[in-house]
Amino acid sequence: MAVQIIDRRLSGRNKSVGNRERFMRRYKAQIAEAARRAVSSRGIRDIEQSESVSIPRKDISEPTFHHGRGGVRDTVYTGNKDYVRGDTIERPQGGAGGRGSQASNQGEGEDDFTFTLSKEEFMELFFDDLELPRLMRTHVGDHRQWKTRRAGFSTDGTPHNLAVVRTMRQALGRRIALAKRPGRELAEMEAALAALVAKGEDDGDAAHALRQQIKVLRERLQHMPYIDPIDLRFRAHTRVPVPITRAAMFCVMDVSGSMDEARKELAKRFFILLYLFLTRHYEKIDIIFIRHHTQASEVDENTFFHATESGGTVVSSALELLARIIAARYPAGEWNLYVAQASDGDNFPGDSDDCSRLLAETILPQLRYFAYVQVAEEEQNLWQAYTALQAQFDNFAMRKVGAPNEIYPVFRELFRKEGVET
Amino acid sequence: MNPILYPAIERRVGEDPRVVARMGERRRQEVPREPLPAGERPAQPLPDPSDWTFDLIERYHKVIAETARRFGLDTYPNQLEIISSEQMMDAYSSVGMPVNYRHWSFGKAFLATERNYRRGHMGLAYEICINSNPCISYLMEENTTAMQALVIAHAAYGHNSFFKGNYLFRMWTDASSIIDYLVYARDYVARCEERHGYDAVEQLLDSCHALATVGVDRYRRPAKRSLARELAEREERRRYAQQQVNDLWRTLPTRSDKEGAPAEDERFPREPQENVLYFIEKNAPLLESWQREVVRIVRKIAQYFYPQRQTQVMNEGWATFWHYTLMNALYDEGYLTDGVMLEWLSSHTNVVYQPPIDHPAYNGINPYTLGFSMYRDIRRVCEAPTAEDKRWLPDLAGSPWLPALDYAMRNFKDESFIDQYLSPKLMRDLRLFAIHDDENEPTLTVGAIHDEEGYLELRQMLSRQYDVGVREPNIQVWNVNRRSDRCLTLRHVRYRNHPLADDTREVLKHVARLWGFPVRLESVDADGNGEVVLEVPAPDAA
Repeated sequence: MAVQIIDRRLSGRNKSVGNRERFMRRYKAQIAEAARRAVSSRGIRDIEQSESVSIPRKDISEPTFHHGRGGVRDTVYTGNKDYVRGDTIERPQGGAGGRGSQASNQGEGEDDFTFTLSKEEFMELFFDDLELPRLMRTHVGDHRQWKTRRAGFSTDGTPHNLAVVRTMRQALGRRIALAKRPGRELAEMEAALAALVAKGEDDGDAAHALRQQIKVLRERLQHMPYIDPIDLRFRAHTRVPVPITRAAMFCVMDVSGSMDEARKELAKRFFILLYLFLTRHYEKIDIIFIRHHTQASEVDENTFFHATESGGTVVSSALELLARIIAARYPAGEWNLYVAQASDGDNFPGDSDDCSRLLAETILPQLRYFAYVQVAEEEQNLWQAYTALQAQFDNFAMRKVGAPNEIYPVFRELFRKEGVET
Repeated sequence: MNPILYPAIERRVGEDPRVVARMGERRRQEVPREPLPAGERPAQPLPDPSDWTFDLIERYHKVIAETARRFGLDTYPNQLEIISSEQMMDAYSSVGMPVNYRHWSFGKAFLATERNYRRGHMGLAYEICINSNPCISYLMEENTTAMQALVIAHAAYGHNSFFKGNYLFRMWTDASSIIDYLVYARDYVARCEERHGYDAVEQLLDSCHALATVGVDRYRRPAKRSLARELAEREERRRYAQQQVNDLWRTLPTRSDKEGAPAEDERFPREPQENVLYFIEKNAPLLESWQREVVRIVRKIAQYFYPQRQTQVMNEGWATFWHYTLMNALYDEGYLTDGVMLEWLSSHTNVVYQPPIDHPAYNGINPYTLGFSMYRDIRRVCEAPTAEDKRWLPDLAGSPWLPALDYAMRNFKDESFIDQYLSPKLMRDLRLFAIHDDENEPTLTVGAIHDEEGYLELRQMLSRQYDVGVREPNIQVWNVNRRSDRCLTLRHVRYRNHPLADDTREVLKHVARLWGFPVRLESVDADGNGEVVLEVPAPDAA
């Protein structure tokens, strides 16, 4: 019998994408909630991963008419060992048995319905929340380091860049071009002279004049330069920007008593976004976490976000530490330095002036960017001090953020300053 | 394995899509009384590298086809399609159909399947077989050569011949129109989504899906329709549908002195209606015409799957029996190496394993085991009947086994198949016993067991266990209150006092959404007493 074997492996993939989309759409609220929880529990570096999401099974069930437990049933089972007719059996507790294979199909299990969001879907949800336009995710900003690259030939340059072969080719071409016509005239005149000689008018005026002209032409041809300055060609180079592949990102956060979990959460969103932005630019990113209350310390990520501290606030302590770390480990010439500071704007009276001086004199000149988000509404002394700085420095941005979707404008600022000229 | 994974689709014949498969093509081929003689023994068995190649599949198929022919298996031509595991999951989650409309529940099924598969909780089925002409069998690319051979024998010859032969498939599967219909359904639902929004369509489909099990005609076969007719009739239906529901809207009292005026207390509908979705489609007062059409689509597809649910044991058993028989025959004739043999046997053993009742993996009777054992048992009774077999199955004992099996495959569904063929020996082998569970008794009682006085009873009980009419609640449309609130009353007749499950109210909400007015469900026992009533109000006008 004829058989047809068809390889379908390459066709019709992802047929159920539409169904999956509809599923995601339907449970968007739950999924977004799960994603939000994931963001808060993840490390900043792990943000771009897939995530598994659970939805309570009862929310997802599709009810149909079917029988419940009860009534009179005779059910046939297999594997009788020692029962005989008339034996009585205790009713199993917890309701095992009973329905046989049907029970498993009805999906009455208590487990949640779990599935995995792909990395893309997860990031989609993350960005959704932040209302970040797509363009911003992939844009590459400008650069400070340069590299020279060959860029064809030019007519001027330094001798060590002389392109000999190209120069000789130019010279040869020039010589051919310049010698063509005089050469032809020379041949004609010599032929005319030979004709005159053959006619015996060897000494006539005409012959004399011809000889004179031939001599001039020969001299001209002889004086034609073998190589001329206009033949010279030099290898040209052009400077192209290369990104510094390293960046250091400083997360500075106030952990004094007034920063509650919600505010920290907001700050974390902001830090994550900055991190993601930087990953688009740089191959290697160091993240340094500096937290402060009245004293600043460098800590690991977990302590940074989760350890609780209390006490007053002296912002300049963090900035001093920041300046020290930069000087010791991250010289501005080799690293792109970014600082993201989150605070509720509360500061020890009188310290804010120290802060702005420290920033203006020491820190800001070394930085690519300094972003300050205030996760509280009131404009306290730190805000006022920083407002003055904003006018002076291009690489300084500040915003108040009350909800995740307000974080984005800070980045719009950032991108504009970095020059999205599209 | 899920029975609905074996949808019976019959494709168009040959190249011309307008040519409809004629019933003549299903004409049965003569079954030989015993297997035809084998050809010459091959010099050496077929190669068995673990990685398959197209060439190898072809060679294995050739010998399997030849052997199947000797056993008189009558099949549609075969089309083997190699697919990846992801495509297999696609097929799983869209109820095995090549096309279907979009719905989140299919996405959910896909996610669940994918998760189980990735975690290794579940192997995918080795194959899915679509009843069509030619019969399409999906082979997974992950399978080894031996497994591909097994799958070819199982799907391309086992299921295929069942699809071609069994009376339910012959009667209910609509040869030319199902693919057309599904394409039409997909496009129609997509257009509705565009026009009326995702949410409206999704809610409607949810409600329809909730009622899909009570959206089938159990006895009446719907007429065949082609796509062109379907379209023409839709237009017609649209025009008349609204007129049809007017009966419910009639507010002018009919003059009672007039001849033929309905009596005050006459129910509407006059007779209870088993097909709830059909009733809603035709009579729900508030549905718009596109909504009626979607209800109809869900109903038609549910109807289409209805016969599939009735032959699970028979179908799987038949395919398992034939892969077992064919592969053994091939081995005996020297086509298979010992390695291939051991590999498929190990897989076969897993498939037909029946854990005993006290085993943690026990999950009811394995339909593969039951079906496979029954066909094996029929063959045994034919070839070597005992005195007991002669008493219990007098017509079968000693008759030629191939025609006997063929007859058994063609003319039964699970329920009647078990009732007819379950032999005492098999009941003893499977150690079947029945437990009587009466909620009013403090303990369970062991009823019939596999002994002389229990055989008959056991067989009847097992047969009833596979009766779809018993497994699923009997719910019918009982009445519509035409005088006041247009409340729709459904009536559930309890079989042996089986109550409805706890989430019935949720289903009723779906009914109310479709009906647009209050819905009540009366649950009564077989004598019409002991009424239990569930009521849900009309859905909000919003």
